[in-house]
Amino acid sequence: MLDTKPDEGYTTADGRQIGGVAMEMKNITLRFGGVVAIKDISFDIRWGEIRAIIGPNGAGKSSMLNVISGFYHPQDGEVWYKGYRRARMRPYQVARTGIARTFQNIALFEGMSVLDNIMTGRLNLMNAGFISQAMWWGKAAREEEEHREKVEKVIDFLEIQHIRKTPVARLPYGLKKRVELARALAAEPSILLLDEPMAGMNVEEKEDMSRFILDVNDEFNTTIVLIEHDMGVVMDLSDRVVVMDYGKKIGDGTPDEVRNNEEVIKAYLGVEHD
Amino acid sequence: MTMTAAQPGLQSIPALLARNAEQLGKFTAYREKEFGIWQAWTWKQTAEEVRSMAMGFLALGMERGDYVAIIGRNRPALYWAMVAAQSVGAIPVPLYQDAVAEEMTYVLDHCGARFAVCGDQEQVDKVIEVQETVKSIEQIMYLDKRGMRKYDHSRMNWLMDVVAEGRAGHQRFEAELNKRMAELTYDHPCVILYTSGTTGKPKGVVLSNRNIIETSRASSEFDNLKPKDEILAYLPMAWVGDFIFAIGQAYWTGFCVNCPESAQTMMTDLREIGPTYFFAPPRVFENMLTSVMIRMEDASRMKKRLFERYMAHARKVGPAILDGKEVSAADRAKYMLGELFVYGPLKNTLGLSKIRVAYTAGEAIGPEIFEFYRSLGINLKQLYGQTEASVFITQQPDGEVRNDTVGVPSPGVEVKIADDGEVYYRSPGTFVEYYKNAESTASTKDPEGWVATGDAGFFEPDTGHLRIIDRAKDVGKMADGSMFAPKYVENKLKFYPNILETVVFGNNRDRCVAFINIDLSAVGNWAERNNIAYSSYQELAGHQRVLDMIQEHVSETNESIARDQMLSGCQVHRFLVLHKELDPDDGEITRTRKVRRRIVEEKYADLIDALYGGKDEIYTETEVTYEDGRKGKIKATLEIRDAKVFDVAQKVAAQ
Repeated sequence: MLDTKPDEGYTTADGRQIGGVAMEMKNITLRFGGVVAIKDISFDIRWGEIRAIIGPNGAGKSSMLNVISGFYHPQDGEVWYKGYRRARMRPYQVARTGIARTFQNIALFEGMSVLDNIMTGRLNLMNAGFISQAMWWGKAAREEEEHREKVEKVIDFLEIQHIRKTPVARLPYGLKKRVELARALAAEPSILLLDEPMAGMNVEEKEDMSRFILDVNDEFNTTIVLIEHDMGVVMDLSDRVVVMDYGKKIGDGTPDEVRNNEEVIKAYLGVEHD
Repeated sequence: MTMTAAQPGLQSIPALLARNAEQLGKFTAYREKEFGIWQAWTWKQTAEEVRSMAMGFLALGMERGDYVAIIGRNRPALYWAMVAAQSVGAIPVPLYQDAVAEEMTYVLDHCGARFAVCGDQEQVDKVIEVQETVKSIEQIMYLDKRGMRKYDHSRMNWLMDVVAEGRAGHQRFEAELNKRMAELTYDHPCVILYTSGTTGKPKGVVLSNRNIIETSRASSEFDNLKPKDEILAYLPMAWVGDFIFAIGQAYWTGFCVNCPESAQTMMTDLREIGPTYFFAPPRVFENMLTSVMIRMEDASRMKKRLFERYMAHARKVGPAILDGKEVSAADRAKYMLGELFVYGPLKNTLGLSKIRVAYTAGEAIGPEIFEFYRSLGINLKQLYGQTEASVFITQQPDGEVRNDTVGVPSPGVEVKIADDGEVYYRSPGTFVEYYKNAESTASTKDPEGWVATGDAGFFEPDTGHLRIIDRAKDVGKMADGSMFAPKYVENKLKFYPNILETVVFGNNRDRCVAFINIDLSAVGNWAERNNIAYSSYQELAGHQRVLDMIQEHVSETNESIARDQMLSGCQVHRFLVLHKELDPDDGEITRTRKVRRRIVEEKYADLIDALYGGKDEIYTETEVTYEDGRKGKIKATLEIRDAKVFDVAQKVAAQ
């Protein structure tokens, strides 16, 4: 597929090269009946960057993520991905274009082991037919070995070897979040969407998760789009931040720019009364 | 296969490696679980890797006599780094990987390390922090690449790149490497191990090739270790035991060293490997037993009954069968049934099915715990040793195993008891010196080579086995002149699964008092069973019912102490349950988990005063150090309780 020109990129403060535009939102408007969840929003996501979307409750962050993932189709506006305008797609088709995600409310298969859960992340990359897989014969057997190897690399990367065979239902919340990240990573995505990866975590778990997110970006050069409530975490992690409030975009820029943006301060801290 | 005895050519670890590569080339030397699979290296491959790494070190300019810090969890490549450093004439200095940067600074500065080989980013970060004050560190190498991309690599290398460079440059470096390896003698330092030291700054114990190889030879012969044996290397690499087992004995006999996938997977990996030779401090055996007992509580009634019945039988005849004593045919038959239904599956679950020899040392082990493993048919024995002795001072021969002694002097070791009761030894394994600390060397080792252990003990007249009472300097007197042996009491208390750690005070006082740490997993499980809600260690430790339970344990302990006339004054009159666990990061216990009595005494002086002052509760604030070195404070109001004390029961003592 066609990537945009690399000379459009920029260099971050810590010296990482960010590439051209991976995905562009053009005047997106999303309505549910009479409710306008997203109102005329435009921004872009560049290859290799960590892009955050922040905003107060009900600002439309998750809806935005669902638009990016192709799960919601906006009434107005266009999504351009890898240089093409994206048509309406089914979820599995989106996954095949290299987009993977995690969920705000963990969506794992509770009864299956961690390993099996992560293996499902590779379903889209398996080619063996149904019968061959059922018999575990020929191509299916060969394929599984290859996929297992990839999955083991992810397990090693996220340091979850000790729960490899544990059913997900028995895991504490923080680890489940990590398993979900593992499953998304197993799909070898070019864009990874994280919906509140640190919600409900304690400080130590948050620090661990932050390190993993940075490491993923560093090691696999994965473009990451994340929604997060915790301002501190977002400002530390991300290269550029989109701020939303009541479905509108009120700020867009580097963490420093956003931090000093009047509108953003108003949305987060409230307006001072005279 | 029998190994040739020590000969002129085999005076260093690299020389032993070369011999193994030649004689045991196809035997597995190392295994490590990575990506879910056990990767294996034969002795031949190991020798090749170590050679390449050594040549890589040469390419980095490593000189004879350089000190090379090794920091990380047990992984083959880090063991190889030690041997590779030795090959070029440098001296490896393994460090505790969980030490904070501050502690590392002291050691790295003291030995003047030029190179540091780190396991991962975490360790590299600490070494970089240390580099600000310790200028001697020139090169850092790391094993795990993750997160390292953005670091300044002008003086840093991936260890595997170093190996690759050594391999590529073998034509340039081979002659030099061979020359340096040929220079190694028995008197050359093999390793420097820093003892965590219960008092003061760590001391660098210099062990020569002679110390390590002679000790390894003698101890391998004592237990008849073979190249087919397997061990699991999971204890800190900076600890002398790991060095002796995973390098000394492994290279001498040529057995296989298995490295677990991560610290948390140790139990699973233990089960998959099924080692034949195993070492663990009492704590590990305790934890295993606790987890078995907890799981049995949850088992179905049928299984529980089967377990209890056969365990009772095992306790009765198991140890005798293991020692080869006479046992009736009926009991043997029943024991065999038990093996089929209970003991076998249990040992398999624990990963102890294939154990030929297992040792425990470092601390006293509870009699019930010890008996439990022995009765299952696991040959668990005790040894007594220390870093300065290259581990072995005394050990128990097969068939003469008991809970309360530490065995007979190991082959080649002479042991004597001084007039004041302190144990002295002299052996081929006796350390060379404390590095850059002539004063301590002189006060520990006399000109004739006798080393003071710092422990008080005596030989049992009829068996010739050594019994250790306590640390010599901890043994004191009560106000009324009777003997005060805190360790003796603490060990008795610690035999309760609910009590993790305890510190007893009473020197020069009229009575004893104690601090207690509860075992969070055991008490937590009990709390769950009894519907007691808690959110933290502190909350559980202060719970009324927990205090009741501990009070009962202390009273029972007092009852048993009262039976011993000599030590009956050591009964614990009052106690409190501490609001935090004693932690090596706070300097309260050593990294090998020995209590630093004086530090605890100073730090919690207010609590000790309260215990003696007769108060019922005390408010306190304590400084704590987090894993990343930051400090914080925790506050708590602790309840102080009295325990029942007993009169010296003359009759019982007379029995």
